[in-house]
Amino acid sequence: MGLLDQKLAQGGIVISKLEDLINWARLSSMWPMGFGTACCAIEFMSAQATPYDLDRFGIVPRASPRQSDVMIVAGTVTFKMADRVRRLYEQMAEPRYVISMGSCSNVGGPYWEHGYHVVKGVDRIIPVDIYVPGCPPRPEALIGGLIKLQEKIRGESIVAPRALEKMLEDEA
Amino acid sequence: MTFEELTTHIENLLGAEAILRIDEQCTPGAIELAPTDLLKHMEVLHADEQLYFDQLSCITGLDNGPEANSMEIIYQLYSIPFNHHLTIKVKLDREAPVVSSLSSVWKTADWHEREAYDLLGIHFEGHPDLRRILLPADWEGHPLRKDYKHQEYYRGVKVAY
Repeated sequence: MGLLDQKLAQGGIVISKLEDLINWARLSSMWPMGFGTACCAIEFMSAQATPYDLDRFGIVPRASPRQSDVMIVAGTVTFKMADRVRRLYEQMAEPRYVISMGSCSNVGGPYWEHGYHVVKGVDRIIPVDIYVPGCPPRPEALIGGLIKLQEKIRGESIVAPRALEKMLEDEA
Repeated sequence: MTFEELTTHIENLLGAEAILRIDEQCTPGAIELAPTDLLKHMEVLHADEQLYFDQLSCITGLDNGPEANSMEIIYQLYSIPFNHHLTIKVKLDREAPVVSSLSSVWKTADWHEREAYDLLGIHFEGHPDLRRILLPADWEGHPLRKDYKHQEYYRGVKVAY
């Protein structure tokens, strides 16, 4: 931000690409949905609390999917929960992002072999942008994942939006 | 009451032929009853002034596998005023596991029996609302059975790793 302050001091005009401005706005206010499905949610909560303070990244949990930009799937996704997770994802407005947090939502975790009730990876029901490994991942790891997502958003283009690109790919 | 006093008292109440087996190695000590007349016998244990088992702490379902070809249902009873414990075991036929529901005696049996039905497929006669409690309603099979095979797909999502 130091750079921006300097530029504002020089006559109050900043020249930038619209794309960069939009991406900067998006990556600076990634509002995650405040929900968790298992123990990873405890680490997610502690990442939001004072010692790790996600607020400094502009990350404020929202209670509604309509107001959320990021869905952090924090924990085991059972088949019973899968329909709800998919519905919550569908209720989110574009652009929307998904972080899969922890082994369970990445690949099924400790339930990979005998867990008849566990979806072996949340990417089987919704598209995932970032995978955070760990069981559960420490708040540092989750913050690492969020920074990776910021990097991803920074490289996006409004000329060919991601969802449109994907639709074209699917149709091809 | 000690376990021996409990068993002799129960023998006097139900008759010696009602008790199939006594297992002192169990903690708390166990009595095996036949599935026939179970509801009547449990009502006696619940109502008797000296036993007064007013709390059903837990119901456990057990599958002994196709080789043994039996299932078991285990009741943990507790008397709050007398502070004595008792385990009741009932052996069931694995092909058609049916036992009478105890939800008319202890309200807490309702959900415990639904769990045993959900995971093991044990049927409880006279249960007010016997449907799955943990798994989704359209799930196939009973997962805690020893010969359980999960379905390949559930609502279009692959189940296996």
